[in-house]
Amino acid sequence: MTSEMNIELDEVLQPPMANGEVIFEEPWQGRVFGMAVALSRAEVFMWSEFQQSLIDVVGDWDRWAAARQADEIGTYQYYEHFSKALNKLLVEKSLLSEQDYSTRVAEFSARPHGHDHSH
Amino acid sequence: MSDSQAAIRAEALESLLVEKGLLDPNDIDAVIELYNERVGPMNGARVVAKAWRDAQFKSRLMADATSAIEEFEFEGGEVQKLVVVENTDEVHNLVVCTLCSCYPWAVLGLPPKWYKDPAYRSRVVREPRVVLTEFGVQLAASKKVRVWDSSAEIRYMVLPQQPQTWLGLDEQALASKITRDSMIGVEVLTDDL
Repeated sequence: MTSEMNIELDEVLQPPMANGEVIFEEPWQGRVFGMAVALSRAEVFMWSEFQQSLIDVVGDWDRWAAARQADEIGTYQYYEHFSKALNKLLVEKSLLSEQDYSTRVAEFSARPHGHDHSH
Repeated sequence: MSDSQAAIRAEALESLLVEKGLLDPNDIDAVIELYNERVGPMNGARVVAKAWRDAQFKSRLMADATSAIEEFEFEGGEVQKLVVVENTDEVHNLVVCTLCSCYPWAVLGLPPKWYKDPAYRSRVVREPRVVLTEFGVQLAASKKVRVWDSSAEIRYMVLPQQPQTWLGLDEQALASKITRDSMIGVEVLTDDL
């Protein structure tokens, strides 16, 4: 395929997600996803390590849900698990302290309503 | 947990990682932009279109998809190994990741929400034909269904069957008609698309 054709194809296929769907329902989901990929690209951890952490977190949820009635379970929130898997891996690697994290979450939660988020 | 709490948690984590020098916020922006704009099922559609038009490419793709797609120079492939499975008159292929959300990012982008949901992950293995019917796919009883469970090491993509009336179309026209769902195996492409 010539490069000219590549350019044409790119134009024809705009917007790119027309063949898919919106990939992040909330901006924070994109941030968490972006953090995990950027950390793996920076070789802070290997992608396979993150994947194992995600498999563990999702597996815990699957087992929890299997032991309950449908109406007790609630909606499955994939990016909550994704986020938990990232925190878990960073704590395991001593790159994040749970104490620092809880403190920071508490600080940010205490901001006055209407605070302008940085993203 | 409400979205605003989830957002605060994400922001707290990001601020700590940036302070520690582990992350640059611009790198996060770059990843989001890449997956929003340049990586998606339009890439897989180009691969399928080429395989339909070019028999030599198709045989390389079926033998070793990871190497065969190198010429496209797709970005975003945290793909260890890509395997393409071909739908035929005898077999219909369907892809899942029962453990989490493994998916061939470089060719299909990020997975749709339903792909990651527990219902799809568990039911597709148990009752693939029922799940397919819910997606609107009615298969002849004689057709075999094969379910491929993606893993951290191997990602699968389906090579759908080409509708007869598309035979005269060029790669570009074909690529614009090939859908994401057909490359996961939950859709059969039809003449009237």
